[in-house]
Amino acid sequence: MADERLIQTSKLRKLMMRPELGAIAGTVLVFMLFLAIARDSGMFSPEGIQNWTVVSAQFAIIAVGAGLLMIAGEFDLSIGSMIGFSGIVIAILSVQMGWPVWMAIIAAFLLSVMIGAFTGYLVIKTGLPSFIVSLGFLYILRGLTIWLSILTTQKTIIGGVKQVAEGDWLAFLFGGKIFTGLFQWFGDMGWISTFVRGARKGQPVVEGIPMLVVWALVLIIFGHWLLTKTKFGNWIYASGGDAQAARYVGVPVNRVKILMFMFTAFCATVLATAQVMEFGSAAADRGLLKEFEAIISVVIGGALLTGGYGSVIGAALGALIFGVVQQGLFFAGVESSLFRVFLGTILIVAVIMNTYVRRMITGER
Amino acid sequence: MSSPILEMHDIAKHFGPVIALAGVSFDVRPGECHCLLGDNGAGKSTFIKTMSGVHKPTSGTISFEGKPMQFDSPRDSMNAGIATVYQDLAMIPLMSVTRNFWMGREPERRFGPLRLLDFEKANKITMEEMKKMGISLREPEQAVGTLSGGERQAVAIARAVYFGAKVLILDEPTSALGVRQTANVLATIDKVRKSGIAIVFITHNVRHAMAVGDRFTVLNRGKTLGTAMKGKVTPEELQDMMAGGQELAILEGSTDGTV
Repeated sequence: MADERLIQTSKLRKLMMRPELGAIAGTVLVFMLFLAIARDSGMFSPEGIQNWTVVSAQFAIIAVGAGLLMIAGEFDLSIGSMIGFSGIVIAILSVQMGWPVWMAIIAAFLLSVMIGAFTGYLVIKTGLPSFIVSLGFLYILRGLTIWLSILTTQKTIIGGVKQVAEGDWLAFLFGGKIFTGLFQWFGDMGWISTFVRGARKGQPVVEGIPMLVVWALVLIIFGHWLLTKTKFGNWIYASGGDAQAARYVGVPVNRVKILMFMFTAFCATVLATAQVMEFGSAAADRGLLKEFEAIISVVIGGALLTGGYGSVIGAALGALIFGVVQQGLFFAGVESSLFRVFLGTILIVAVIMNTYVRRMITGER
Repeated sequence: MSSPILEMHDIAKHFGPVIALAGVSFDVRPGECHCLLGDNGAGKSTFIKTMSGVHKPTSGTISFEGKPMQFDSPRDSMNAGIATVYQDLAMIPLMSVTRNFWMGREPERRFGPLRLLDFEKANKITMEEMKKMGISLREPEQAVGTLSGGERQAVAIARAVYFGAKVLILDEPTSALGVRQTANVLATIDKVRKSGIAIVFITHNVRHAMAVGDRFTVLNRGKTLGTAMKGKVTPEELQDMMAGGQELAILEGSTDGTV
């Protein structure tokens, strides 16, 4: 009874229906390109690799949240503002109010996840597009961030976090580095470069794996596992694919969507905390445009803007492409403003490709 | 013949000043296919939505398995064993057949402290159930979007049957299909009926109804124009009734007073 005209599906066509295929091809292309034009620039030395890995990891952390939310059928444009907000909250609570850093971090997480839940609740209750509701929060959170910062310190940058975070266990989880012993050994063996002068003489230039990268990997694995291996993942697809059909068979669509808004806020706060710990300061303008960068990563990763289809691995590869190209152009000595030209172009190409794949899957003409 | 599993007696439904249903009686027995015919606007949708718990009747009684029953939500009627397959709302095209089949009722297996979706079991049962409907899938992971309209209906029907539906309401399952796909869906309906499930088949196509129906009820302007047994009514008569009911008198004489 199966339609014999459908049996002739080629392996290639089937492969093309995987959401992350475009991102895999893009990743290979980007690496080939930069191996060709920037091989001798230091881009692929340990320091160079650390440079673009960290940048990619920053994109990946928010792309995982934005990706799952987009697959569930919603957008969050307040990701960038949330990064600024959470950072300032941590700095005010720890530096200005004297809270232990771990307590400030936990408070910032609770606050941001609650705001995420409220955003989701408003979207569900009003039935408005999440695009509009979260655009509102983009301004509300950014405004609050600047106001709170000025109110407490007369400045928009709050420093001194490094001093108060010294020895804090939770601060290490965001700003620390692991495998430092291993990298020291690499340095001692002469496999990676070490400082030859100054106070850090003999120490490797790349000290270890930053926790930011560990967070990115953990979130990617968790997101991928949640989406593809669990019952809840099926609900994410269903909520974004057709909320009404999903509700009809008993999927708790509202709960799924609100939880994904909360998870997106969580991811934004992970990045915010890691940045505050790395720089030792919080700035009210941090995270600017990050929501768009996250969405672009997700779209390059093959997700549909309309929801119901996409991949966490794809979004992570999108983030990798993003990071490698941004830093690679710098290594290659290309005028950095051209990066935006590239970004706009690849975004449009990715959306066209995704739309084509969608047509193939749904059989629309 | 067995007694009705679902009985709707003198159902009326008003939406403000609009009378959508003005006293409709209808019943369906296990193992039969009862066709509900009617032109557009006759009240078919309102009636099945009352049956599936979406609307509450303004007056009238519903009894299920001999007991009076009140459905406050679609969930209530689903839990009782009444499954509705809507024409468009059945499947999510971007998701695989397996994911669609189990949506909302996913099987899980334990993996240490974690609970994972049991794809092995889900895929196996999906393939088996689809085979029972006469559809051999290339692979359960293929997207529902790659299936034809008839096959999508079959997945939805197989899903309802597997999850224990006793009454299956099919809302215009053939109206958007080509000739061959329609034949496939009708064959599926026949298979399901033979397994003892009661089927309510909503259609405005008399030929489709005649092909599988055991009894036929025609709705017109919110009223039932009569129930006819198979073999006691001609397609022309059904057509006329849908059009206006001029032939009602003739039918009454030929249906042993079941009107």
